[in-house]
Amino acid sequence: MTRLPTFHAAKWDEPLVMDMGRPGGRGQLFPAPEPEVAEAVGQNPVPAAMQRKDRPVLPEITEFEAQRHYLHLSQMTLGMMGVSLFGTCTMKYNSKTSEFATWRPQIAEVHPYQHPDTLQGVLEIMHDFDGILQSLSGMDQFVFQPGGGADAAYTMTAVARAYWADRGQLGQRTEMVTSIQAHPCNPATAAAAGFTVINLPLEENGYPSLEALKAALSERTALIMLNNPDDMGIYNPEIREWVQAAKDVGALCFYDHANFNGVMGKLSARELGFDACMFMLHKTFGAPKAGGGPAVGAFGCTAELAPYMPAPVVVKQGERYVLDEDRPKSCGKIREFWGNVPQVVKAYAWARAMGAEGIQLASDISVVANNYMDHRLSQLPGIARSNPDVTKRRMEMTRWSLAPLHEETGIGTVEIANRMADYGIDPWWMSHEPWIVPQPFTPEAGELWSKEDIDLWIDVLAQIMQEARENPELVRTAPHNQPIAQVKGDAFEDPSKWAMTWRAYLRKRDQAAAQGAA
Amino acid sequence: MKIGLVVNPVAGLGGAVGLKGTDGADTVAEALRRGAVAQAGARARRAMALLAQRVPGAPLCVAPGALGADWVAGLDLAVQTAPLPAPTGSAEDTRRAVRALGDCDVLVFAGGDGTARDVASSLEGTTGLLGIPCGVKMHSGVFAISPEAAGTALGEMMLNPAAIRWDDAAEIMDIDEDILRAGRLAPRLYGYARVPQLRARIQAAKGGPRQDAGQALAGAAAEIAKGMEAGTLYLIGPGTSAGAVAQAIGHRATLLGTDALLDHKIIARDARSADLERLAQGRKLRIVLGVTGRQGFLLGRGNQTISEALIAQAGRAGLIVLATAEKLDALAQPMLWVDTGDPQLDAALSGFVHVHTGPRQRRLIRIGAAA
Repeated sequence: MTRLPTFHAAKWDEPLVMDMGRPGGRGQLFPAPEPEVAEAVGQNPVPAAMQRKDRPVLPEITEFEAQRHYLHLSQMTLGMMGVSLFGTCTMKYNSKTSEFATWRPQIAEVHPYQHPDTLQGVLEIMHDFDGILQSLSGMDQFVFQPGGGADAAYTMTAVARAYWADRGQLGQRTEMVTSIQAHPCNPATAAAAGFTVINLPLEENGYPSLEALKAALSERTALIMLNNPDDMGIYNPEIREWVQAAKDVGALCFYDHANFNGVMGKLSARELGFDACMFMLHKTFGAPKAGGGPAVGAFGCTAELAPYMPAPVVVKQGERYVLDEDRPKSCGKIREFWGNVPQVVKAYAWARAMGAEGIQLASDISVVANNYMDHRLSQLPGIARSNPDVTKRRMEMTRWSLAPLHEETGIGTVEIANRMADYGIDPWWMSHEPWIVPQPFTPEAGELWSKEDIDLWIDVLAQIMQEARENPELVRTAPHNQPIAQVKGDAFEDPSKWAMTWRAYLRKRDQAAAQGAA
Repeated sequence: MKIGLVVNPVAGLGGAVGLKGTDGADTVAEALRRGAVAQAGARARRAMALLAQRVPGAPLCVAPGALGADWVAGLDLAVQTAPLPAPTGSAEDTRRAVRALGDCDVLVFAGGDGTARDVASSLEGTTGLLGIPCGVKMHSGVFAISPEAAGTALGEMMLNPAAIRWDDAAEIMDIDEDILRAGRLAPRLYGYARVPQLRARIQAAKGGPRQDAGQALAGAAAEIAKGMEAGTLYLIGPGTSAGAVAQAIGHRATLLGTDALLDHKIIARDARSADLERLAQGRKLRIVLGVTGRQGFLLGRGNQTISEALIAQAGRAGLIVLATAEKLDALAQPMLWVDTGDPQLDAALSGFVHVHTGPRQRRLIRIGAAA
């Protein structure tokens, strides 16, 4: 057995940065201008009307204190560099080489309002990366505007709306059909776009039956939105028949490639009949993952749907790259400008470094790694595989259930996730909603982690399961080796406890104090 | 958190000896004569042993003797026994015990449908109900799937009460055993109880604000009401889910019976099959139904006033089904069941049905024949 880490996170008892420092504390003190300079620009070159009347509310601390504070904060996290087998997300190392590439002034210091003639390099990267995604999917055009996977799914619903409106059928095509285990962004975005959502149940095989799909499809179906494999890690082998059934009623078909890792380079959405798809550059393509915005869901579609895409798209005219804004049928903007360009550059760097063969190999490795995990996990008493009757091998991830251990010890998936952090292991991903598998967890090894890392992860799990049997209280009250113990979830549902800005924090703190005093 | 425990010591006696139930003293005597051994107490102990393991020293209020205290003796629990006169050996014991335990947060009982009825009829206030499955008949939506699951649930309730969500509309159903022994299954709906929902537990950090189940149901009902056609007869089946459709157009539907709606007016309340069949003659018919909790019954459990003839007239396409996503997720099997009494009709109903789970939200679920 692997030697398990004895780990303890740092705990710094520091005030918020806004409460630190002292009057006059500064990061840099700039010298007064030389007399020649002062004479040339005047004593105060900022026009009176543009001068601010109040002082900005900033922490008054030295540069050193700021560095120390943020170092301490980072020491209280797991650092995003641990063994994070976080299923449905394909956590990957974010290469420092591509990070440095985006710090070059040709990327870092350009602005979308510049004349395209001065942006040819970055436009070339976007155009060529579009080409790479076209080869991986068979689609005819990609756009990088969506700020994440859900944003790309929303793009699909917006494109579908524009497509059906253009045909005068939007009043009739009101329904979107998806699987109950599709990523929830599919039903959510379709609902946001005004479609009625029809969810299909999973049946014995671990995916919905073709019969259920056919029962849901009609002349009212605007589109279907699917993951394959879905989060159980089971590939739906009837996917061609699915797409055909949808086409038979005239519906559009969208392939959500959130779980692309297990099939990279192995299949083409277009060959399967899909009209559109999306890739998550921040996960599958090695760019950093980020919450709610600074990511890219690359949306691609066929030439038939392309007129309805968000504008602009990058196209090559002769030897020049241009931004095509003149798209009268476009669904409009999903986000400003062209999307998160540094992420596109990083994904491009990843794809070029991997090459077509490398991408296929990575896919193979991720499936092999998961099957190795499946083999070892299935030997641990107390956990059960979702859809236990499905004997086919899973793809790049498997949904598991801790229900047997929970029944035996009362320790479930939430407690074990908390306890993993005590070993310096990133807590696992449980499941999207709804939880149709009780006490779920969903590991995904991907192509990055070594056998040693995977073994460590499984050994930590085995150790915690043993703890659950011998000393459940230890697990129930975890984490113990982290700076913060259990976080009560209630705050997430209480707006009076949220504060995204310092100003909001002050306002809500004062409100709470006033209520307390009253 | 106050937990009360009542054991019906004779629950389930009839099952092992082929009696289909254990209601009434004569049946108990017959079961004992046939060599039946009581199981309920031992099963209650299995559940409580798990609670003691999870939460050592947890407080527990019990009825005396075989109605509770006997089965938790020696367990690491802070047991408080309610004073009660000597048992009579009848259902009255259960009712008296429930009253003696007083106001609990959750009352746990070991028994079957008959016990559930007795307990529910004596409960007051907002006391929740949780059944340790011990009976021969368990059609009510109040049972945990095993004694251990009940024990786990109780431990969870003590340790983390905020994680429990409550469902106020779990069906209390029971079958007339005499009719059942004569070969017919005719469960009746007796009322609704408040039960803990355990599967709904989610990770708060990613859960975000939860959708209110009542609002989702009201939204679905409003959408159905908006789509109602003039001249079509709508039957509103029992329960709050179906009743939400009547409520969406300003009516209060009969909770335990079936009403008929025509052109947004209630034209029959708590009607009998024959009256409904007469009203449906020459009209397009739609039947609005809920789903029974955990069991997933659509027809044939508690809504037998909706007769075979009415169901056949409406057909599967004429069924309008409402249920919250949570209720569907908590079903023992991801299926809906029909038991109309006519196997051919059951077969004809088999297939997929759209269940309205919220405004502009539906889920397809397979209907199966229960028989």
